[in-house]
Amino acid sequence: MDGLFYIASAIALVSTFRAVTGSNAVHSLLYLTVSFLASAAVFYSLGAHYIAALEAIIYAGAIMVLFLFVVMMASYGPGRETEEKRVTRPGTWAGPAALAAILLFELVFVLTDRGLVPEEGRALGPKAVGIALFGPYLIGVELASVLLLVGLLGAYHIGRK
Amino acid sequence: MHGIASPVLTIAVILFALLASSAALIWAERRLLALWQDRYGPNRVGPLGILQSVADMIKILTKDDWVPPFADRAVFVLAPAIIVITVLTAFAVIPFAPGFAVADLDIGVIFFLAMSSLSIYSVVLAGWASNSKYALLGGLRGAAQMLSYEIFMGLSIMGVVLLAGSFNLGDIVEAQRDMWFFIPQLPGLLIFFLAGLAETHRLPFDLPEAENELVAGYHTEYAGMKFGMFFVGEYLGIMLVASMITTLFLGGWLGPVLPAAAWFILKTGLVVAVFILLRAALPRPRFDQLMGFGWKAMLPLALINLLATGAVLLAVTDAPLSTGIHDAGPR
Repeated sequence: MDGLFYIASAIALVSTFRAVTGSNAVHSLLYLTVSFLASAAVFYSLGAHYIAALEAIIYAGAIMVLFLFVVMMASYGPGRETEEKRVTRPGTWAGPAALAAILLFELVFVLTDRGLVPEEGRALGPKAVGIALFGPYLIGVELASVLLLVGLLGAYHIGRK
Repeated sequence: MHGIASPVLTIAVILFALLASSAALIWAERRLLALWQDRYGPNRVGPLGILQSVADMIKILTKDDWVPPFADRAVFVLAPAIIVITVLTAFAVIPFAPGFAVADLDIGVIFFLAMSSLSIYSVVLAGWASNSKYALLGGLRGAAQMLSYEIFMGLSIMGVVLLAGSFNLGDIVEAQRDMWFFIPQLPGLLIFFLAGLAETHRLPFDLPEAENELVAGYHTEYAGMKFGMFFVGEYLGIMLVASMITTLFLGGWLGPVLPAAAWFILKTGLVVAVFILLRAALPRPRFDQLMGFGWKAMLPLALINLLATGAVLLAVTDAPLSTGIHDAGPR
């Protein structure tokens, strides 16, 4: 499982990098999808099978398809790539890159602190996740469902005509 | 059954059987359609025309493998591969006979749903990469249709999962020893069947490739073996949905006298025949009717089915469900 973890992590890193640096929006989205699938493989290798499948269904299979759906209509036809290159000058990404570098530094700091990383994971089945969600974390589930309901009603209201 | 040889052999046998039967299915569909529509169908090549698929295959393989100059080359080539790969990967969790599955996953049902949701990319990317109006429209329709129907496809089989108490497909088949799940889960079966029809975009739900308004929809620009991949992918998809229906609702490999695999193939073949019969019998709806039907009829029905199943289970099982919460809390 160690090998799977490292290969999947490497794929996730490379594809996320390509997603950020690419100038063709649809190609970037494809790299981002691969990145989500790679994170699903990382979850699987850590024993969280259920979360791995959900990552593939919800992020790679549904949310990214919606992204693609919108981008497909927006970036249709020639001339889009040159426009994208014009917008992404160094000036536009220097600030966020600096902030992200600080976050990366913090992340590395946290990871090197041995106490915070569980040494041994154990495989968690879907039943255990469900029992945890509807047991001690019931409030979180209910709040999330209320939030989703509000979103649903809002979308219904906007799309009424 | 030990070492690396056994799983590789299993994969090889399943792959060969699937690809051969998808080729045979193309012939079987045309013959069955002809039978139901009072025509002859392909009857020239070989006995009963059974070699028609071979002739088609030779034709498709020797065709010019052409990529239109205006297409996005990389994505254009990738799109047809995605559908074949995702569908074949999904077959990994199907138990064809006791112990005869590539992967005995504890999340088998969810793995199937994940793979079927990834197969959407094939249609969407083909539509976008072709860089032509009809293909784009077909791709958009495909994305909307498959995304909508996928939601209650998942919900419709949760009733079965509740009854079996497991996401593992082998366990689900074993749980049907006393009663096949299509009896208590008839609404679930019907909803799953319709959703499967939409997921594989088969007639009457083949709006992404409706030929009388969109030429051929998302695969308008495809020719040769790349088109062949979409074609084979569609037939593999039918067999996948039929296998899932067999496993989840019709008792999988269970049955008297005959060997387990034979029962599985028989039941799956029967479901595939129903798929073909629907194609012969039903006209295509309008796209807004399709979407409205999905969201306004199927989704509420799937939710009601799930709630009712849960309520009945709660009422009849005496063991309180609250046991086990405390020992699974945060560490």
